[in-house]
Amino acid sequence: MTQKTVMERLAILADAAKYDASCASSGTTKRSSAGGKGIGSTEGMGICHAYAPDGRCISLLKILLTNHCIFDCHYCINRKSSNTPRARFTPQEVVDLTLAFYRRNYIEGLFLSSGIVKSAGHTMEQLIEVARILREEHDFRGYIHLKTIPEADPGLVAQAGLYADRVSINVELPTVAGLTRLAPDKSATQIEGAMGSIGSAIVENRDARKRFKSAPKFAPAGQSTQMIVGADAASDADIVTRAGTLYDRFSLRRVYYSAFSPIPDASAVLPLRRPPLMREHRLYQSDWLIRFYGYAPADVGRAADEAGMLPLDIDPKLAWALKFRDDFPVDVNRAPRERLLRVPGLGVRAVNAVLSARRQRRLRLEDVARLTVSIAKLRPFIVTADWSPTLLTDRANLRALVAPIKAEQLELFAA
Amino acid sequence: MTVAVALDAPDDFEGWRDAARRLLMAGVSPDMASWRVKGDAGDLFADGDALPDPAPGAPVPRVSAKFLQLAKSALLHTEIERFSLLYGLLFRLQDNPRLMDDATDPAVRRIEQLARTVRRDIHKMRAFVRFREVVEPDGSERFVSWFEPEHHILRANASFFVRRFTQMHWSILTPQGAIHWDGTTLCEGPPARKEDAPAGDPVEALWGKYYASIFNPARLKVGAMLKEMPRKYWKNMPEAALIPGLVAGAQAREARMIEAGASATPGELQPETLEVVAKAIQACRRCPIGCNGTRAVAGEGPKSAVLMIVGEQPGDHEEQQGRPFIGPAGQLLRSHLNDTEIDLNGTYVTNAVKHFKFSPRGKARLHQTPTAGEIDHCRWWLESERALVRPRLVVALGASAARGLLGKTVSVQKERGQPRLLEDGSELWITTHPSYLLRLQDEARSVEEQRFADDLRRVSERRTDLTR
Repeated sequence: MTQKTVMERLAILADAAKYDASCASSGTTKRSSAGGKGIGSTEGMGICHAYAPDGRCISLLKILLTNHCIFDCHYCINRKSSNTPRARFTPQEVVDLTLAFYRRNYIEGLFLSSGIVKSAGHTMEQLIEVARILREEHDFRGYIHLKTIPEADPGLVAQAGLYADRVSINVELPTVAGLTRLAPDKSATQIEGAMGSIGSAIVENRDARKRFKSAPKFAPAGQSTQMIVGADAASDADIVTRAGTLYDRFSLRRVYYSAFSPIPDASAVLPLRRPPLMREHRLYQSDWLIRFYGYAPADVGRAADEAGMLPLDIDPKLAWALKFRDDFPVDVNRAPRERLLRVPGLGVRAVNAVLSARRQRRLRLEDVARLTVSIAKLRPFIVTADWSPTLLTDRANLRALVAPIKAEQLELFAA
Repeated sequence: MTVAVALDAPDDFEGWRDAARRLLMAGVSPDMASWRVKGDAGDLFADGDALPDPAPGAPVPRVSAKFLQLAKSALLHTEIERFSLLYGLLFRLQDNPRLMDDATDPAVRRIEQLARTVRRDIHKMRAFVRFREVVEPDGSERFVSWFEPEHHILRANASFFVRRFTQMHWSILTPQGAIHWDGTTLCEGPPARKEDAPAGDPVEALWGKYYASIFNPARLKVGAMLKEMPRKYWKNMPEAALIPGLVAGAQAREARMIEAGASATPGELQPETLEVVAKAIQACRRCPIGCNGTRAVAGEGPKSAVLMIVGEQPGDHEEQQGRPFIGPAGQLLRSHLNDTEIDLNGTYVTNAVKHFKFSPRGKARLHQTPTAGEIDHCRWWLESERALVRPRLVVALGASAARGLLGKTVSVQKERGQPRLLEDGSELWITTHPSYLLRLQDEARSVEEQRFADDLRRVSERRTDLTR
């Protein structure tokens, strides 16, 4: 068999990587290429250099080093028993591609992952080698995200953190039962152990850098993880609770949710239908509520129905408000920040604007209207100088008044 | 009398600030000042008026850092009124210094919107500039880009590209002007045309391949893409040419699926009875074996069997008669079971794969081992059967059956002889497939038959234990 061209292998290895949701290039230290001999900079805020027709940001060159894999996880297109075409890159080839793309301003850097070949340790060494060549031989100062292999030696994982801005390990499934069933070769204990050691390495390093300026940086953009939604029986409440625990225990920057996507040559242990993409969206919204709006995971859980599922037709914040109507209306001229953040339709930016504007004068409904998209949806939940929603929050049809007009979500790819 | 102020360039923030300071000190109200840029079309008074002298004793105007920061961005907007909007707000700030905190004030909001638009344009330029490599006469390489920003952001954005590509020689050409970097100094050039930039770069084919491959056609969301990457940017992005094809391809895929929908899979829910399983497997086309035109063979046995025996797949005889375990291997199994207390009539027997995989050799059909993928596809049916029968003991004959039950490939020789616990609490015993025994000769055969018999005996004892 003749060797596949770089182009053919790029197609295979990018295709194999597209089920990883993350493409973030944000949250790392500020760097520039001034005074160096290579290229690259990071400015804290990530940049999306293109968007694909699936609406996802393309910020990094996101590929696998190889999609050969000795593991057999059912949700994964690269599992051993899948008959997908296989390819591999050498570390040098990945380095050359990254630099060629970076010079033309196509990308912010590299997100490298890999199927497991030979052993976890060997695979991890190969991933680290790519990062090492980029950083040491080319003085590359752009963004590097390495997916680490939980089964690899902790020493190797620690080494990855020295070259990479972000390291991540996927917990894959929200429940241990799901993992045992769908990823028979993986172990939840091992995954959490590796996340724990990365977490503590990050904390230690932050501490060391406070005392010694010369301490090397360890994964300055932190660690993240990904959960597959809808491949096992976990409810939204389970998933949100699990994410809450992960944020707490491993000081994660981000948890990504990936709606299980019908993959070619799917394994039959998986449900035949994929979950609606809207479910993934609602989970991201809940995640946002926990990270930026002061909701506890249990709050989000309370917005769900008896089966623990969040409504698909309205967002979780509105769902929570409709369930806890006693907490409303909120007086925009008096209420503290955390109460304002609970008002459906008021975002963080609008709340900040309300807080600084009300120091100037008492706000009227039209003032609030200028700060938000739809005052009609907001009105039942607030009190202003000239407005108070008489009994509106008690109306049985409140949900119909404020819920968006229902557009049937297209389920055209249910395989 | 109005004062006409002429600024040097559309992004001349320093000029605007100096003039605004002079006007404020002279007490010129916003409606008495007019602003324009030198050299703009139809501008007869190119140099503008001389700025008025400050009123005696007028204090030096002061303004918050927040306003200045906002003004620096808003001033780069193409909005013609921007200079006077900014001066108007600056004028009001002198009496009400905290006005900037009132985001509900229409003027503050207007300026904030202008600034936001400009910041977005700056960000999008950082994202969507595409360099093409050219070799210069002296043999060195230079990266050149053609970009059309919407606002006057070129100069403001130059430092970003310097920080990022310090060691590279590059040029960004725009209709408003150009900037060039040679590794040490930044210089400006006159407005350029698209033809001044190179027409292509060989790496673009690789980039296009990457763009098309990282796209997931199962989640088409064109609206989300357009929101962040509006069409106005597409003309200078090589990958954008691929978008219509990718969208059309995804839609065609969608149409195919709708068309196939009628005869497709039986739905998400597991079948409710064994009869439904038996019927539905006939229509299963989820893997190539299902499509080879043979008859599917359903499991057989009592609905409440304690023991389930799982083989690999139906063979030639089984397929012809539509019943499991009636060919030579089935006969061998039966004869071995006769030596134990296991009654085949009280046992549920089925296969890991429901259709017969073979290769035609003349009139004969030669057995072919199913692939791991095919076994995994068929696991759906096997699991449905297990969920309905709920056996407490399961015997897997051979590696294929074991895979059908465990979801991974295990070594039969290592696993045989002791039970494994399955998820539902039932016990799995793995042993060889009788057809393996049929292929052996002489002594090897008698050794293996003995081991097979031992395995079955252990299962039989276990069954007696469980049912006692």
